[in-house]
Amino acid sequence: MKKHLSVSELIQQNKQKSRAFASIREKTIPFILFICAVISVFTTLGIIFTLLFETFTFFNRVPFIEFITSKEWLPFFESDPSYGILPLLSGTLVVAVIAMVAAIPLGLTAAIYLSEYASERTKRTLKPILEVLAGIPTIVYGFFALTFVTPLLQKFIPDLSFFNALSPGIVVGIMIIPMVASLSEDAMNAVPNSIREGALGLGATRFEVAFKIVLPAALSGIIASFVLAISRAIGETMIVTIAGGATPTLGFDVTSSIQTMTAYIVQVSLGDAAYGSTIYYSIYAVGITLFVFTLIMNLLAQYISKKFREAY
Amino acid sequence: MNTLMKSKPLNQNPIQPKQEHKKTVIEVNRLNLWYGEDQALKDIHMNIPENKATAIIGPSGCGKSTFIKTLNRMVELIPTVKITGNIFYREKNILDPKYRVEELRTRVGMVFQKPNPFPKSIYENVAYGPKIHGIKKKKILDEIVEKSLRDAAIWNEVKDRLHENAYGLSGGQQQRLCIARCLAIEPDVILMDEPTSALDPISTLKVEELVKKLKENYSIIIVTHNMQQAARISDQTAFFLNGELVEMDHTSKVFSNPRDKRTEDYITGRFG
Repeated sequence: MKKHLSVSELIQQNKQKSRAFASIREKTIPFILFICAVISVFTTLGIIFTLLFETFTFFNRVPFIEFITSKEWLPFFESDPSYGILPLLSGTLVVAVIAMVAAIPLGLTAAIYLSEYASERTKRTLKPILEVLAGIPTIVYGFFALTFVTPLLQKFIPDLSFFNALSPGIVVGIMIIPMVASLSEDAMNAVPNSIREGALGLGATRFEVAFKIVLPAALSGIIASFVLAISRAIGETMIVTIAGGATPTLGFDVTSSIQTMTAYIVQVSLGDAAYGSTIYYSIYAVGITLFVFTLIMNLLAQYISKKFREAY
Repeated sequence: MNTLMKSKPLNQNPIQPKQEHKKTVIEVNRLNLWYGEDQALKDIHMNIPENKATAIIGPSGCGKSTFIKTLNRMVELIPTVKITGNIFYREKNILDPKYRVEELRTRVGMVFQKPNPFPKSIYENVAYGPKIHGIKKKKILDEIVEKSLRDAAIWNEVKDRLHENAYGLSGGQQQRLCIARCLAIEPDVILMDEPTSALDPISTLKVEELVKKLKENYSIIIVTHNMQQAARISDQTAFFLNGELVEMDHTSKVFSNPRDKRTEDYITGRFG
């Protein structure tokens, strides 16, 4: 009995037995995988097509110029409705800006701490906890804003109305902290240790390494994380619907009630706008505006992280 | 001379070379180092002479990299590391917790195994060290950058592209840039951890030439895998094996007439 021969013989036998099945499998599996991939692409295309189609109907009734220039969004006025997107846009932007003001410093410092200072053990504990924040349903954030943050803020700002831009803005900011922190931390982690050692070897302190070497090297990834977070803040719905109010106002007053694009879509979707009415079609026009904004943001993030990536 | 007198009684180790007429820049005394439970350096005694090139040779895992990383305390970046013993740099114990590690590293510079320029311009790479140590004036920085690049024998290759990213340079140029970056803060000692192991033969030759030139002004400690390299460029050679310093002497002596059988086996290629 020659043992070393038997293995190759066994393989040979098995190969012949399973060859027929294997060749079918090797041909069909890629096809099935391809179909699955295509389904998601077609879903996206279908959504865009629906949006475009209904938006087209809307602009047949309301001139595009009025949509982008009129300073009033009064779709529920029966005699003289007005469809200017600017108030909804300003509501959205105010919330997004407040959110970024809250999220960037906190998220970035958390990322710097996790990447450059925290011990491996601290990091293993802290990062999952931080990421729990990202798992909280936004509806919970919404009533957290309404029932906790707004009353708290009213103690400091007596003029703050019950619905306002400030409170949901801050809470959206809290919601996107994990995103900023996690993505920025990934970007800083991608900076090779050899570069840190190079700086430490020149007598740099940890602070100098973090702020003068790692941060600039990871800047493209960090900025991309900001842009993605802005995109997320613009698209956020529940928090602003619950705590922001339903008063589309053009301007940058953070203490009074506002309405964002997403909140308007919720309002109409929940209400009794008849199918085929101009109000019904208006949510598609608002929806596509929202889509264009988040799309631009996402493309911008991709562009930044590719174009300004440091080669190391 | 003073240092020598002081170190004499500690010098029970018979393998230490006699270093008459030479000043010692670093004196290592009963150095032990552990990574967790594993002892990586065992009772090392060594005197490193001023303005000479000291080569450290030995098979992989013998502790030679650990040893030079201990000399600028870079080894402390590994959290589990434990060190006992003393290392005197210019007569001050650098393992004393009160010794500021940043201060040490400005005096004892390091060139790493793989070229590790910062993802910045060539100019910024060299100017980084002086900048973090408070030199801000552009005119002075310009001078430092030019001098350092000249001393690292790379000025002619990069003078027209100082503001281009350092990653556009070849591996050998990057390594000489890293040497220039190290020279920019005018260290006293330069540690080199296998500086040519990632380079092609021509770049290796250039770095070797550079080391020979630099030792006129700097004390150089170079870890190398390559015994021919040690023979070519160093004045002293130390042979490490399993965390122990087996032998240290003049390079010519170590290679022609080693005192220890293990050294002889290693340099004649019987193992390692």
